[in-house]
Amino acid sequence: MSGDHHHHHDHGHGHAHSPPQPDDKVHSYYQILSIALKELLIEKNVVTAAEVRRFIEARDSITPANGARVIARAWVDPAFRARLLEDANKAVGELGFEMTTARLVAVENTQEAHNVVVCTLCSCYPRDLLGLPPAWYKSRAYRARIVREPRAVLQEFGTELSDDVALHVHDSTADIRFLVLPRRPAGTQHMSEAELAALVTRDSMIGVTVLDQVA
Amino acid sequence: MTQFAPGDLVRIRDDYPPGHIRTPIYLRGKEGVVERYFGAFGNPEVLAYNLKGPKKDLYKIRFRAADVWPDYQGSPKDVIEADIYEHWLEKLA
Repeated sequence: MSGDHHHHHDHGHGHAHSPPQPDDKVHSYYQILSIALKELLIEKNVVTAAEVRRFIEARDSITPANGARVIARAWVDPAFRARLLEDANKAVGELGFEMTTARLVAVENTQEAHNVVVCTLCSCYPRDLLGLPPAWYKSRAYRARIVREPRAVLQEFGTELSDDVALHVHDSTADIRFLVLPRRPAGTQHMSEAELAALVTRDSMIGVTVLDQVA
Repeated sequence: MTQFAPGDLVRIRDDYPPGHIRTPIYLRGKEGVVERYFGAFGNPEVLAYNLKGPKKDLYKIRFRAADVWPDYQGSPKDVIEADIYEHWLEKLA
């Protein structure tokens, strides 16, 4: 460090440390309610702490990579793609993924139509296939704006859609969860199914982005 | 036998009862087209209170964005699709 009269964070061994995270988070009413309910259920032997932890671990093990495998299969196997659009629960089951809580419907992006998914009422999301939704998906700003000015929101994600393309905003208001089937990027003709799956992003399956062309 | 079929013109009930309603307020009173039928599902308006009631037919309704938002800035081709239970739908001629 060369600064002799500038303030700096060097403390003698060549790097700065991040400050510790203070554990001073204030819980909301519903967070406290949920903690109290969990503690009561454990106290009354309805569930055990280990069961709660295992459930959270099982949830955390579901990632967008599961959805990416489905998309890649649909790109390489037209018959699978047809089955996915016809009955997505059954089709993802072929790859070993189980939709335990909801009906899954796949919506396909084409040259003429682009799909994007929201839940304006809460945070409905195909969790059984993609895991937990990103924080922005649950934000009031996204939920309000994607139905009101969807093209402006997509632009903020770097997605430019021509006016010739019909934008379909799917509001997950009831029992159906939507999975966007993105268009296969150009330049991927020689890729294997596994290589294709590695290209598929979470945001492209929500529909806020399209997949980049592969150089 | 379902009450509505794909292609039917419908209006969402312009009604504001209390309770756990899954019909978004921004779509109430708006006109759209039945895009597909999903089947019969538990009615959230009774399930939310741990009550039993008959299942309700669920449809995907497609609205033109410009019909939902009169000052909509986007392509005239843009649509909003939402899943609406039968008792929120009124058939138009």
